[in-house]
Amino acid sequence: MTRLLETTGLVAFYGDAQALFGIDFELSAGEIVAVIGANGAGKSTFMKSLTGLVKSEREQIHFGGAAIGGLPPAEIVRRGIALVPEGRRLFASLSVEENLKMGATAKRRGPWHLERIYRLFPILADKRAEPATALSGGQQQMVAIGRALMSNPSLLLCDELSLGLAPIVIKEIYDALPAICAEGMSIAVVEQDVSMARQVSHRVYCFQEGRVSLHGQSAELTREQISLAYFGI
Amino acid sequence: MNASAAHASSRERDGSDLARVERSTRTSHAALVTGLVLVALAATLPAWAPAEVASSWMRELVEIACYFIFAMMWNLLAGYGGMVSIGQQAFFGIGGYVMLALGNFAGVNAFVAVPLGALAAAAVAVPVSFIAFRLAGGYFAIGTWVIADVFRLSVANFSAVGGGSGTSLTALRGIEKATRETATFWMALACVIASIAFVYLFLRSKNGLALLAIRDNEVAAESQGIDVRGMKLAVYVVAAFGCGLAGALYFVGNLRISPDAAFSVNWTAFAIFMVVIGGIGRIEGPIVGVLIFWALNKLFSDYGTWYLLGLGGLAIVVTIFFKQGLWGWAQQRFGWSVFSTQRRLRL
Amino acid sequence: MSLLEILLQGLLLGGLYALFALGQSLLFGVMRLTNTAQGDFIVLAAFAAIAGLAALGPLLPAGRAAPFVVGALLLPISFGFGYALQRWVLNGTLGRDPLPSLVVTFGLSIVIQNLLLEVFSADPRSIETEGLNTASVALPGGLAAGVLPVGIFAVAVAATAVLQWLFARTAVGRSFRAVSDDKEIAELMGLDARKVYALATAIAFVPIAVAGVLQAMRTTVSPADGPVLLLFAFEAVIMGGMGSFWGTLAGALLLGVTQQIGFRLDPGWGIWFGHIVFLALLVVRPQGLFPKTRS
Repeated sequence: MTRLLETTGLVAFYGDAQALFGIDFELSAGEIVAVIGANGAGKSTFMKSLTGLVKSEREQIHFGGAAIGGLPPAEIVRRGIALVPEGRRLFASLSVEENLKMGATAKRRGPWHLERIYRLFPILADKRAEPATALSGGQQQMVAIGRALMSNPSLLLCDELSLGLAPIVIKEIYDALPAICAEGMSIAVVEQDVSMARQVSHRVYCFQEGRVSLHGQSAELTREQISLAYFGI
Repeated sequence: MNASAAHASSRERDGSDLARVERSTRTSHAALVTGLVLVALAATLPAWAPAEVASSWMRELVEIACYFIFAMMWNLLAGYGGMVSIGQQAFFGIGGYVMLALGNFAGVNAFVAVPLGALAAAAVAVPVSFIAFRLAGGYFAIGTWVIADVFRLSVANFSAVGGGSGTSLTALRGIEKATRETATFWMALACVIASIAFVYLFLRSKNGLALLAIRDNEVAAESQGIDVRGMKLAVYVVAAFGCGLAGALYFVGNLRISPDAAFSVNWTAFAIFMVVIGGIGRIEGPIVGVLIFWALNKLFSDYGTWYLLGLGGLAIVVTIFFKQGLWGWAQQRFGWSVFSTQRRLRL
Repeated sequence: MSLLEILLQGLLLGGLYALFALGQSLLFGVMRLTNTAQGDFIVLAAFAAIAGLAALGPLLPAGRAAPFVVGALLLPISFGFGYALQRWVLNGTLGRDPLPSLVVTFGLSIVIQNLLLEVFSADPRSIETEGLNTASVALPGGLAAGVLPVGIFAVAVAATAVLQWLFARTAVGRSFRAVSDDKEIAELMGLDARKVYALATAIAFVPIAVAGVLQAMRTTVSPADGPVLLLFAFEAVIMGGMGSFWGTLAGALLLGVTQQIGFRLDPGWGIWFGHIVFLALLVVRPQGLFPKTRS
């Protein structure tokens, strides 16, 4: 399998405070990789580094063969990485459809377009003209995913999809992931729910205080291994 | 800032030092001594200055004092209170006109009327805040300007104080010129020392810490039990008092008042200039700013419009390229601190 | 003068105030920028038009059309000026702290006023309209209104409609709203916030240019007029309610009417009355007449 994304010794800072201490991470085309860890472990910081919201050294992140660390977010989305941000962060002044259209700003070619998003999440078609923030949490999450898909990324990053959602809604959303992956899109999910993370992914990375404490095949890792790595005992 | 350097150097020392809070630096001690010397010099000026220049020097120093106090108050309000106002001239004018009214119509000694004018300005600030605090940020700034304009227009239509063309301060007629000028000068000096002392002590106190907390994060400050609204009102009223004091003092020196002079936005414009050049949020900022402003004034004010144009341009350049002002830049570069209101944790 | 006439004059005056205010509303809506030089830019445009008329004199069509030709030429220049101003001066001042943008625009205000004073002196000037500013048109009900004020009113309504349409229905407007909602995520979508802001300011400078030319045709302008116009623009925006161009128009009309009422009561109290009504509305209904609620 071709290696799509690779980070080597990735570090990240918020001002003087260091959040990541050298992350080695890799992801191949068509894979779903889960990132788990306690709050403050650095998972979101990792996502932000990949998308350029947090600065890093150029050579620390390689995507599609090119070094992309520290490039502006607009450039990174043009190269094919899209983020479904933590907390959705939809545009409050825009309708559902306008939010989706914003995702296509980068004008990348690919299979995803408005009608296909509506086929994936039919409820959004009914509510397309409504202000995006008037929808329920689960529906907003669908809009956020759809918005990211509209840029036709080769790598989709999902930061805490299940945050604040009811279990049945979480399941509905995760059930949609295989359809997204079908054409070869790769996905990295940050997920609090460890069992959901293992179910949905091929491989798992566990973060602990800014470092990778464990990684391996989702099916092979044991519960004890994960607990140890999660809590750093 | 210098936290990592301090941290690193303290690691090298042996661990027997207890953690302590440093409140002053060597520079600040040196400055205190210099300041006292300057004050002594200034207070005795009528004695040692040559007769020909004593009068004009004193008048100039009174003017500088007024600009300085106004700038200090604007600095307190914006830099520490987080409220940027383009309307402080309202209180400057109120201070001036109330002083004049008390002097001309109520027979109050003009020098006594100065602090009374300031008190009036402070009193007016309370209902004004009720309106002004409806706005925030940039719109608060322009809103205060509207309010100042209301005062200007109201007074301009008030014939008892000369309407639009203004009137003279008659209360000091009959006092000999030299005496009047010396008394005004000493009063100005007293006001300057009082303002510096007051602001300095205030900012070193618990209230000062609370103010900094509010400036950094209002919501967090509120959750710590700080009465945000109360503190903001207090700062606004204090700043109004100070501006009123400057105004009353100015017109005691000037003897003639008019709405356009008293309520002119130029007062705030110059204060902004002085504070921005000197560095906002630092006590030394207005001092540095007023000195630079005065120097520029002396050298270039003959060029009229070009001088003002230059001031405006300088303010723009400093804001964009020296975000901390010139004093702030020096402070970071060289670690100077004259009026230390900071607290350094030495481990 | 009857109440109806006062109302009419007030509404027509409000039309001009709307042109003063639309740019202000746009800048604050998109990037939370408070432009204290708004009035000065309007005056600058007016003087640019006056200078243009003088310089291009023989090349222009004779008669009443000349000012409009110069005005039309001024629009793209104004657009470019706004773009450059934002891109290279104002973009550096944006952020959570409102002070830098306030100080820089305030500095610009002083620079513009003194520059105009140097070049044009303090004398009030106006654009020669060959009687257009005194021509009147008869309206139903026995009322009469000036042709120019009616024209200004029509332009104001058109400008409001165009801006509203731009924001609500175009991709450009969508990008403005997105950047204003969440700049970070907008950049994640592929937008360059600096360029979006520059385009917004460029667009904001078009009504500024129009307002300047029309103001100089309607009455006289002098270099120190800026601050007065700024306060009117600001009052219109606040009274109308933030986030809505129609709201800004409504606020401007309200201001125009209250000022006219004040003028009729006593010539010295016109502007004062406008201020008082503004402050009263601020106390009673701080969100303005037609706010678009934004969480």
